[in-house]
Amino acid sequence: MTINPDLQGRSYPAAEVYDVGREKIREFARAVKATHPAHFDVEAAQGLGHRDLVAPPTFAIIIAQRADAQLIEDPEAGIDFSRVVHADQRFTHHRPIFAGDRLVAELHVDGVRAMGGGAMITTRAEIFALTDGDGREPVSTTKSSILVRGEGQ
Amino acid sequence: MSPTFEELSVGQEIGSRSITVTRQDLVKYAGASGDFNPIHWNEAFATGVELPGVIAHGMFTMGAAVQLVTDWAGDPAAVVDYQTRFTKPVLVADTTGTADAGAVIEVSGAVGALDAEARTARVDLAVVFDGQKVLMKAQALVSLS
Repeated sequence: MTINPDLQGRSYPAAEVYDVGREKIREFARAVKATHPAHFDVEAAQGLGHRDLVAPPTFAIIIAQRADAQLIEDPEAGIDFSRVVHADQRFTHHRPIFAGDRLVAELHVDGVRAMGGGAMITTRAEIFALTDGDGREPVSTTKSSILVRGEGQ
Repeated sequence: MSPTFEELSVGQEIGSRSITVTRQDLVKYAGASGDFNPIHWNEAFATGVELPGVIAHGMFTMGAAVQLVTDWAGDPAAVVDYQTRFTKPVLVADTTGTADAGAVIEVSGAVGALDAEARTARVDLAVVFDGQKVLMKAQALVSLS
C-alpha cells in the first residue's frame, strides 16, 4: 500500500462536537493513573480558581485522534492503521480543558514524507471551544507524527 | 505546596515515581481514549504485524509520565505545553492471574530551563523501561505564579 503524497496541505474541517463530561475526565484521569483532585472533585478544582473539573494535560488526544481518524479512514489516503506507530506528540494549551466545554477540531496535514517503504505523516489539530453566540475560542493545538511502517519495517 | 518561580533553578530535581502497567491498564486506556488499535491488547495481532508483542499506547506512557509534573506544579492547568518523541516500545506481557505486578516504567524529572519573562519552567522528564529511555525530549512547560 502506498501513501498518497498529495495529502500534504490537506485540511479536514471541524466535524462533530465533543462534549467534555465530568465522568469522562475522571475516567481518562484514572486511565493515565492521575490522582490530582482537580480531575475528580469539583470543589477542589474550583478551589484552584477553575470553573469545573480540569482535564489531564493529554486529554486532548481523544479529540485529536477523532480528527486524525478522518484522515486515516480516508480511502484516498492509503493508510493501513494496523501498521501505524505513533512517533511524536505535542500539546500546546491556550487554556485548560474543563468539564462542560463543547469542543471541535480542525485537522491539518502538515507533512508527508516517504521513509523506507512507509511514510511519516505529521498532522495538527486546532481545537476550539464553542462559545455563546456562535463564537470559537482557541483551546489546544496538538501536533502528532505517525509512522506508517512499510512491509518488513 | 506549589513551587514559585523564584525558588527554582536549572538542574533542580522535581522527584520520581514508578508506574506499573498491565494488560488491564491498556484495556482501560483503550476504552478511555478511544484508541482500540489491537497492537495494544492482542498478542497474535501484535506479532502478526512484526512487533515483539503487545505494547503500551505511547499516549498511555506520555499521559502517565506527566502526572509527576502535575502533582509537583499543584495544578494540572499549569502544564501549558507538553511534548515527546516515542523511541522504544513498552512491552507489556500478559500477567493476568499471576503474582507479577506488570511492566514498570520509571519516571524522573528535573528543571531543564527557566523563562523569567514568561514565568515558566521547562521540566525535562526521563522515562525509562527495561533500562532504556522510551520517551525522548519529553518536556513539559509549566506556568508558575
